[in-house]
Amino acid sequence: MAEVIESPAVWCSGLRKRYRKRVAVDGVSFTARRGEVMGLLGPNGAGKTSVIKMLLGLVRPDAGEVMLLGRPATEPGSRARVGYLPELFRYQPWLTAAEVLDLHVRLAGAAVPAADRRECLGLVGLADRAGDRVGGFSKGMQQRLGLAVALVARPELVVLDEPTSALDPLGRADVRDLLLSLKARGVAVLLNSHLIGEVERVCDRVVILDHGRVVADGTLAELLGGQELRLRLDDVGEAAEKRLAAAGVVTREGDHFVVALAGERDVPELVADLVGLGVRVHAVEPGRVSLEERLLDILRGEHGSAAGVDQRAAQEDVARAAGRDRRSFEESAAGAAGGDRRSAEEGSA
Amino acid sequence: MIILTVAGLTLKEAGRRKVLRSLAGLTVVLLGLSAWGFARLDAEFGGLTSGEAKVAASTVLNLVMFGLSLIAALGTAFLAGPTLAGESESGVALAMLARPIRRSSVLIGKWLGLVTFGGGFVAVAGFAQLVIVRVTIGYWPPRPVTGLALLAAQAAALLTLGLLLSTVISPMASGIVAVGLFGATWIAGVVGSVGDALGNDSVARVGTVSRMLLPTDGLWRGAMNAFQDPSLFPQFADGFGESPFLSEASLTVTYLGWAALWVALVLGLAGLSFQRRDL
Repeated sequence: MAEVIESPAVWCSGLRKRYRKRVAVDGVSFTARRGEVMGLLGPNGAGKTSVIKMLLGLVRPDAGEVMLLGRPATEPGSRARVGYLPELFRYQPWLTAAEVLDLHVRLAGAAVPAADRRECLGLVGLADRAGDRVGGFSKGMQQRLGLAVALVARPELVVLDEPTSALDPLGRADVRDLLLSLKARGVAVLLNSHLIGEVERVCDRVVILDHGRVVADGTLAELLGGQELRLRLDDVGEAAEKRLAAAGVVTREGDHFVVALAGERDVPELVADLVGLGVRVHAVEPGRVSLEERLLDILRGEHGSAAGVDQRAAQEDVARAAGRDRRSFEESAAGAAGGDRRSAEEGSA
Repeated sequence: MIILTVAGLTLKEAGRRKVLRSLAGLTVVLLGLSAWGFARLDAEFGGLTSGEAKVAASTVLNLVMFGLSLIAALGTAFLAGPTLAGESESGVALAMLARPIRRSSVLIGKWLGLVTFGGGFVAVAGFAQLVIVRVTIGYWPPRPVTGLALLAAQAAALLTLGLLLSTVISPMASGIVAVGLFGATWIAGVVGSVGDALGNDSVARVGTVSRMLLPTDGLWRGAMNAFQDPSLFPQFADGFGESPFLSEASLTVTYLGWAALWVALVLGLAGLSFQRRDL
């Protein structure tokens, strides 16, 4: 049976933009697959918003190519199934929230029934403000409206530029749920956010920009390096030591063992094996470099892979940590597939 | 389709941004004053000959129409700026232009909405003025529809310039520059007519050149000619050239063609400039 090859949600190559003497974007290339949540990270002035605007045809690149959902971005039609929340979110203040959505549905050329539009406003918590003029909205409400605008025309790709900048903690949690529901529906998301914790929680892949260049691109697992497992064990015999060594490189300090997991996929299985070998297991704690630390490392030019194991994670209770563990293993599995393609792209660039 | 959507949005903006109400207020004041003035004209100068009465009526009608055209021009020029440059500056344009639409469609839609707005205003207010003159002193211009159409065309020319300017400079500046150029062209037109009256070709050329560069004054002169009584010209030929509110010749087809081409060229330039603009 022939395999259907789906075009990526976003593909860009060699994007370059200069504003007078300042180079804002310098040869940016990356790919976001369909159904994937991709984070765009970087310090202020790294060129994130410029890249997003070039993807959407709002800024003309000096060089480079963009494809959106398989069509060249030079065709306006390529944006038919794209939703966008700009960093600078403003909507016609003389229109009501419902009218703004109606306008965007018309501009998108989509057929969205009135009930779905109302539901979309409800999704962002504006159901009871549908008939109010946007001019009277707070910044947070305008940003919520912006989210509704980005989502109303049944997009296959949603580009969110700082979607939580004006939102309170509750609003941020809503956005996180929204992102997860988009992910569950297979909608691709390109997310630019300074809230690294959010990115780490919802993104499958991350592109890090600095000084207009891509300095890192990969799945979270790829970027954050290998997983560590910290164990406190008693009665470790020779067989148990062999079993641990099979899981990865082991460092031992008294009854504390740190295993840099190499190929191990199933931590519960390892623990079960150890117990089976008569080992008394007191504690199992996963440890990982946080995205924030990794980002700072990369931006400071320190590319050491295992620097700074997340100490906070070690303090989390074992049950919760085990949940995190499983997730990161899934990411490694997904990342292994993505890694080859990425290096191929780098090669061609 | 997109063009009509944007045109409708522009009209809605004009209606909701209180521009319409402000314009209506100004117009009612102007029409009221002119009704009172025309009534006084008839009462105070009851002994005028029919020829004198026609000159007076034509001049004052043109004067009031100039006021109306000024309101239309100012209103649309100051609407044209914010509608494009303001939306780009505030960020309203970002979400809209990220939709699968061409920027040229947005520009033409806005232009169409503004032209409809300016044209509608000129038609309603201008017709009301003509009715007032008819009721107060019994004068009805020879070609009212042509005159009103030319006034609307004048507003269209100025707002097109306003749109072009708003693609390169800030909204307020674009309104001010457009209105400044409008006033300068009108003054250059008056200077040109003085040159004509004095037989000084180089001074007269000032008016001709300015009417080519920005056709608002030329269209205005055509409109005046359509509003004034045609029988006046043979009797008062000497006085025509000197008056800024009487025009001795109707517009040629060539000039109208040039005005249409000018609007198309300026709109095209605005399109190019808007297309290249980074948001």
